[in-house]
Amino acid sequence: MSGNMNLTLKVWKQKNKDAKGALETYQVKGISPDMSFLEMFDVLNEQLITEGKDPIAFDHDCREGICGMCSMYINGRPHGPVKGVTTCQLHMRSFKDGDTIVVEPWRSAAFPVVKDLAVNRSAFDRVIAAGGFVSVNTGNAKDANNILINKDDADDAFNAAACIGCGACVATCKNGSAMLFVSAKVSQLALLPQGQIEKEARVLNMVNQMDEEGFGACSVTGACEIECPKGISLENIARMNREFIGANATKK
Amino acid sequence: MSKENFLKASLGKKLVMGITGLFLITFLVVHVSLNACIFVNDGGVLFNEGAHFMSHNFFIRVMEIVLFAGIFTHMIQALILTLHNKKARPVAYAVNNGAANSKWYSRSMGVLGSLLLIFFVVHWANFWIPTKVAVFNGEEHNTFENMKAVFSKEYFVAIYMVGVISLCYHLLHGFPSAFQTLGLNNKKYTPMLKTAGAIFSIVVCTLFAAMPITMYLGIIK
Repeated sequence: MSGNMNLTLKVWKQKNKDAKGALETYQVKGISPDMSFLEMFDVLNEQLITEGKDPIAFDHDCREGICGMCSMYINGRPHGPVKGVTTCQLHMRSFKDGDTIVVEPWRSAAFPVVKDLAVNRSAFDRVIAAGGFVSVNTGNAKDANNILINKDDADDAFNAAACIGCGACVATCKNGSAMLFVSAKVSQLALLPQGQIEKEARVLNMVNQMDEEGFGACSVTGACEIECPKGISLENIARMNREFIGANATKK
Repeated sequence: MSKENFLKASLGKKLVMGITGLFLITFLVVHVSLNACIFVNDGGVLFNEGAHFMSHNFFIRVMEIVLFAGIFTHMIQALILTLHNKKARPVAYAVNNGAANSKWYSRSMGVLGSLLLIFFVVHWANFWIPTKVAVFNGEEHNTFENMKAVFSKEYFVAIYMVGVISLCYHLLHGFPSAFQTLGLNNKKYTPMLKTAGAIFSIVVCTLFAAMPITMYLGIIK
């Protein structure tokens, strides 16, 4: 088919967490502009397997932009050059025939490389476990809409809850800071009446866990907000700062 | 959590940066206002009166100590945070397109701050130390003549320009970011703060830059 592309890929290869990695160069031919970036990697991996070589390890799951697994740093940006998408929703039409594309894993002390492009993001899980929950009584389910919630707060909570925990914010931040992620997870609960019981402990514990995992501090460059595939706003970080100041001021 | 943990947390450290930063901004207002007295072009009479007040008033003397405490806290906290942040990314990207998502000066606050520190050392040697020596000896210090002497040399004018430009970009990012760190970010006030910050940075730094230039050119004499 005409319009298909030949590309040069420079991909990070690293055997395991402790091994020293390096960029390796690959050629792919006849790539359709309609393919997703991950499908292009499938083509490359099939080619590598046929040649008897080690395929490239990369994370992916839903391939419809909602799970947050695909974590590639493409030409210096998380999820590549298109705004508001994950790698699976990035299509090869965003590139030109003959392009050289550099693909690296997320770089963060808190996200150790498992193999090649796959990193371990369980630091995020531990941050969630530290306080990203609400306590409810067991028993019959309550009537929906039993508790009235201000429309603006409900909207803000929904927008914060859109975070898929992909880690693009950490990957792009010059400080490797997880502030956008943690603040979204603090905000989605702090904005709602159901989240008030653990309000103070939540922000203190989640910030504490965030620091312990080795994420950096916020320099307010705003890079995270631009690169977030779900458009999580910096307003959440300001809200977490307020929550943190308030919790420190009122804690017993 | 104890009070100690508040400052141990990254958010607490950033809060210290924001508060000291805003305090240093209030100092800049005083500094630039007083120095702007030279633009009256009365041979430094008004300016020297102001400078005399500043070096002899008790309240100002106390605030001077608070100011130095503020500067050093801001510097030391920045150093601690920078080391912490560097550790958070031990392996650098081979290709990183920072320009695609943020302003260069927002990513260069440490470099700009370091340039400012070098400038401050020169600045203190030029003005602060001679003033202190004069006050200590019970002499009247002619700060205006001091300025004219310093700004008659090209290399000092050049160093001051580097200092002022670094300050301008440092403020352009620091001014609005301090409010974000303090928790203020909404659709109504944040755009206003960003505009106010940009106007403040440019006006203050233009006034500061005009001082060495007009004196070097002999417009203010």
